[in-house]
Amino acid sequence: MTKGDEQRRRLRAKNLAVAFLLLGLVVLIYWVAMVKMGGG
Amino acid sequence: MARAFHQTRLDTLPGHAAGQSEFLDYWRLLKPNVMQLVVFTGGVGLFIAPGSLHPLLAFVAILCIAVGAGASAAINNAYDTDIDRVMVRTRLRPTASGRIAPADALATGLTLAIGSVTVMGLALNWLAGGLLALTIAFYVVVYTLWLKRRTPQNIVIGGAAGAFPPMIGWVAVTGRIELMPVLLFLLIFFWTPPHFWALALYRQKDYANVGVPMLPVVAGAATTRRHILGYSLLLAAISLLPSLLGTAGWLYLATAALLSAGFVLGAWRLVRTASDRQAMRLFKFSIVYLFGLFLALVLDHVAQPWLSA
Repeated sequence: MTKGDEQRRRLRAKNLAVAFLLLGLVVLIYWVAMVKMGGG
Repeated sequence: MARAFHQTRLDTLPGHAAGQSEFLDYWRLLKPNVMQLVVFTGGVGLFIAPGSLHPLLAFVAILCIAVGAGASAAINNAYDTDIDRVMVRTRLRPTASGRIAPADALATGLTLAIGSVTVMGLALNWLAGGLLALTIAFYVVVYTLWLKRRTPQNIVIGGAAGAFPPMIGWVAVTGRIELMPVLLFLLIFFWTPPHFWALALYRQKDYANVGVPMLPVVAGAATTRRHILGYSLLLAAISLLPSLLGTAGWLYLATAALLSAGFVLGAWRLVRTASDRQAMRLFKFSIVYLFGLFLALVLDHVAQPWLSA
């Protein structure tokens, strides 16, 4: 694997991690909103 | 030996399971050991506060306190990379060993800080969110950027940052600052100097090498040992206040008296023996002391209905 491939792979992994983190945050805030409004 | 170990780790990391090791590096950037204590004290504040909280909101509050602490640690790592590289205790940190760039650590820290404060404000209340923001700002600006490299009082004043979590936990439930969270704040505030000075006595050369003016470096070991004893006496008095002021019961009082007697005795021994080994022993005991006191608060709180019946 070349250095460029390795860098691209790392960047892709980092982007994926950030995407999952944001998705998790959205789900969490949605769930919290439901609880605070008494629906959860 | 330590250098060889360090070298081996650095050599093996980039090629071998790069994704996993990078994830672990980012996890280590958040100083999980410090996070444990913060989560525990914050959790106790939340647990003993009057009122109830939905389990999800309680989880979110603890999560925000943990992430806020991690954010402070990441920003601290980014700023202190130069001295962390030289100190034996810190040279394996991801930023110090070059596995995470300081700019990446800073970006991670700022993102987590903004995220944790926002979620705390939205999910719990904005007083808790504001206190969390104050804690992060205090640790980063007052301690890391301002005091750490300038004065031997760095950890005395900077210690306030570590003292906020139980107050944040309490305020997350009640939305108000009352006597008990202030006492918990004072407890950690006066615990921090003897805790860190005991470590600094043991790591004196490390701090001197990088020019961080810890008390043993500036005022000498004998003065530091006397300061530790003085603070341990103050801490002992403060540890009894929750029961004396009626915010905790006798179960806590008995535990605090016993643990504080042990702390003062350990500090007295340190003054008498002037040994580095005793300094390390006191450092380790100080961790048990704080865990013990906060655990006693929980047990006291749980047992209160039976004890007062």
